[in-house]
Amino acid sequence: MSSFALKTALPAYLHDEQLKMEAYARGFGLDFFPTVFEVLSYDQMNEVASYGGFPVRYPHWRFGMEYEQLSKSYEYGLSKIYEMVINNTPSIAYLLEGNSMVEQKLVMAHVLAHVDFFKNNFAFAVTDQGKNPETGAPLRKWIDTMANDGAVVRRWANRVGIEKVEEFVDQCLSLENLIDPHKPFSPATATRKGMVEFEGEDKTPTPETPRLRVDHDYMEGFINPPAFMDAQRKKTADDLEKAKKFPERRDRDVLGFLLDHAPLEAWERDVLAVIRREAYYFAPQMQTKIMNEGWATYWHSKIMTEKACDASEIIDYADRTAGVLATAKGQINPYKLGVELYRSIEERWNKGQFGKEWEDCDDLDARRNWDRRLGQGRKKLFEARSLYTDVTFVDEFLTPDFVAEQKMYTFGYSQRNNRWEIETRKFQEVKQKLLERLTNGGNPFIYVEDANQGNRGELLLTHEHMGSDLRVDYAKEVLRSLVRVWKRPVEVQTVVDGKKTLLRFDGQEHLQRALT
Amino acid sequence: MTVVALRHRRPYTDRVSLRIDQDHGRFRSIVRGRIRQNLRKYISQGELLGRQGKDVVSIPIPQIDIPRFRYGDKQQGGVGQGDGDSGDPLSGEEQEGEGGKKAGQGEGQHALEVEVTLDELAAILGEELALPNIENKGKAKLVNKKDRYVGIRRVGPNSLRHFKRTFRHALRRQIGMGTYDPKRPIIIPTRDDMRYRSWKTDEEPIANAVILYMMDVSGSMGDEQKEIVRIESFWIDAWLRSQYKGLETRFIIHDAAAREVDRDTFFRTRESGGTMISSAYKLAAQMIENDYPSGEWNIYPFHFSDGDNWSVDDTLACIDILKQKLLPASNMFCYGQVESPYGSGQFIKDLREHLKGDDRVITSEIRDRDAIVGSIREFLGKGR
Repeated sequence: MSSFALKTALPAYLHDEQLKMEAYARGFGLDFFPTVFEVLSYDQMNEVASYGGFPVRYPHWRFGMEYEQLSKSYEYGLSKIYEMVINNTPSIAYLLEGNSMVEQKLVMAHVLAHVDFFKNNFAFAVTDQGKNPETGAPLRKWIDTMANDGAVVRRWANRVGIEKVEEFVDQCLSLENLIDPHKPFSPATATRKGMVEFEGEDKTPTPETPRLRVDHDYMEGFINPPAFMDAQRKKTADDLEKAKKFPERRDRDVLGFLLDHAPLEAWERDVLAVIRREAYYFAPQMQTKIMNEGWATYWHSKIMTEKACDASEIIDYADRTAGVLATAKGQINPYKLGVELYRSIEERWNKGQFGKEWEDCDDLDARRNWDRRLGQGRKKLFEARSLYTDVTFVDEFLTPDFVAEQKMYTFGYSQRNNRWEIETRKFQEVKQKLLERLTNGGNPFIYVEDANQGNRGELLLTHEHMGSDLRVDYAKEVLRSLVRVWKRPVEVQTVVDGKKTLLRFDGQEHLQRALT
Repeated sequence: MTVVALRHRRPYTDRVSLRIDQDHGRFRSIVRGRIRQNLRKYISQGELLGRQGKDVVSIPIPQIDIPRFRYGDKQQGGVGQGDGDSGDPLSGEEQEGEGGKKAGQGEGQHALEVEVTLDELAAILGEELALPNIENKGKAKLVNKKDRYVGIRRVGPNSLRHFKRTFRHALRRQIGMGTYDPKRPIIIPTRDDMRYRSWKTDEEPIANAVILYMMDVSGSMGDEQKEIVRIESFWIDAWLRSQYKGLETRFIIHDAAAREVDRDTFFRTRESGGTMISSAYKLAAQMIENDYPSGEWNIYPFHFSDGDNWSVDDTLACIDILKQKLLPASNMFCYGQVESPYGSGQFIKDLREHLKGDDRVITSEIRDRDAIVGSIREFLGKGR
């Protein structure tokens, strides 16, 4: 077990409870990593939460800001962190000191389901750091990794100064979301090179070597002698080499590209590598927010109501769960949406409400009473938690009935009334909008297009416009950060108000110009 | 069950120094920088006054955000859950553009409230306006001695006997010696068991600086003028408080006659009489004579008015009191003239003319709120 900065052993009575909860969870078929629970006081909890769950991370003021907000809102009684769990082997989960027994049990059940999800959902496989040689179980020593990274950054901070390092971390954090979550990623063997895609034969024609004009064939050997022709051939080949675009194919892993090709000092490279590693570590959690929280909520309510609660606790339990599942206007509560989707899957596959026959059935009455008694619900649930991420999950399992039942709607900003309004409850549009919000974690798609733009070593990025503009003021600040890293002018091609636009920053001033 | 939980305490969970303290400290220093940048705005808008607690001021600063490539909000919209027809507004407070944000995607416009102690605020003010520290004019530093019972001793007078401790020690000794009989639980303390309360003498500095605020509350001083005085006095208070261990403030209002009031009344009162400035100066001189021997006190009379006085004679009387009584006793005398549509603004000219070359007198014209910063610098920039 990893050694810890905080001394927070679990007291015996909670340990007993943990064993019981684990037995219930296993009984339902959940399959989780060994899980270590620790008890924290509220300010330790706030501290650890500020660091995103990791007690030891690189130093940065942003964590201090997070802490200020968390502790304020705790002191004023606005919010309280019940639970936190880290995707690690063993998984580490934190309990809040002074919580009631019902709350601790609920958190344990919730956490065990999260850990099951970490272990079994395919998206989290990219956080594996090799295998345990004895058991073959995946190894995820992320607490240690982050602590090491933290130590590296701290050491650099001692060498070059904390202000310098922190300022650079600020820049890197601006670029944090410029990664490609689909890039096969394994930190242990993080080689970006050597990924080959076969595209068939080379279709670019070889250009002809230029030669001087010859009026009479017999003069050929004199006007264009072999030595001259060789020189010419070499020159065209060189030109061709120069004209080759770099990178050859556009690259969505902007952070990785900068890491490989930007002129960075050793300490800058280390800092950037840390930020990128963390971005990839957190990516699966962004991709599965709805699924992950839904799964944990589904199982904590199952375990609590069927096994763990006694009669005196059930009201308290229901009260806590109601708080978790509350919906607010203009927001999707991932806990609520997730758990309802899982429940709908379970019901549909129990009753056989899927497949061609079901889809083709128009008879409302028949649909209502449709029950083939297949009993495949539980099996389908486990399959879903393994094989989907939020985008594919919603795409696959969101049905018109579900949207109607859950009263889902889309909303948008009405220029006319100067306010946010409900737009529609039509299934297709709700689904469309929801998928838009989930795709790439709600982040724009940005690619490295050309790293030698205009043969001046300038960096050109493109934003793939899919209906929404970038926030220009933010984009300009990001360009500033990019220039800091790339050390040459950087531009991004995007669309503003329906017009193709180039945003450029050359280290001195910003330029915004419409492209024709 | 919960009882067990409450009893369960580990030595390390008490407030130990946390790792976050460093990061938090650097965040605070960034905040400090922000406050300094915006200080002039805070001063001229006066919005900090309403946010003052006992020792802290809560300051709203724009959320410090890390810029990223992200979508503009208005085009985007999102998906929600709940009742309502199409065209219905999302609830009231969502209208500021909060809608559709999931956690972690918050709008950039949220203000962050940070609490800053008055001392820190004064320090920021001092840095920003480059105010010199004030030399305590060699006047005796007064300290109050105060005894507090904080410790335990083995000897002492019987009147200070600590019964519980004594009992405990006696019990312990008797159990240790095997002379304790639970059936006949009689405890007899010996001399070694006796414990007594003991005290420590704390030295508390007592106030040795006083600000005498005087303000003209005649009809010509409007609400805006008073607001300016209020803002200015807030900052003067904050600065001088940070310079002296203890600071007293006294308030005098005057129209044709002067009287002493409390802080609230000072800023609220509106009279409609004429103006006799000398009445206030007389009262101030009286106060100094009675309560603040000038050998021991740093005295700061501040007078704010719109510059109207009843008569030339009265103005001469003022000058006379200043020269004879106020100036010799004070560190400096500050006169702030707030421009009002009714005041003639004559008084400041008279002061300047009659007291030319006396650097104990500082005069400042405060045209509007934006001039407050400059006027604070004029008053406090001499380091007296």
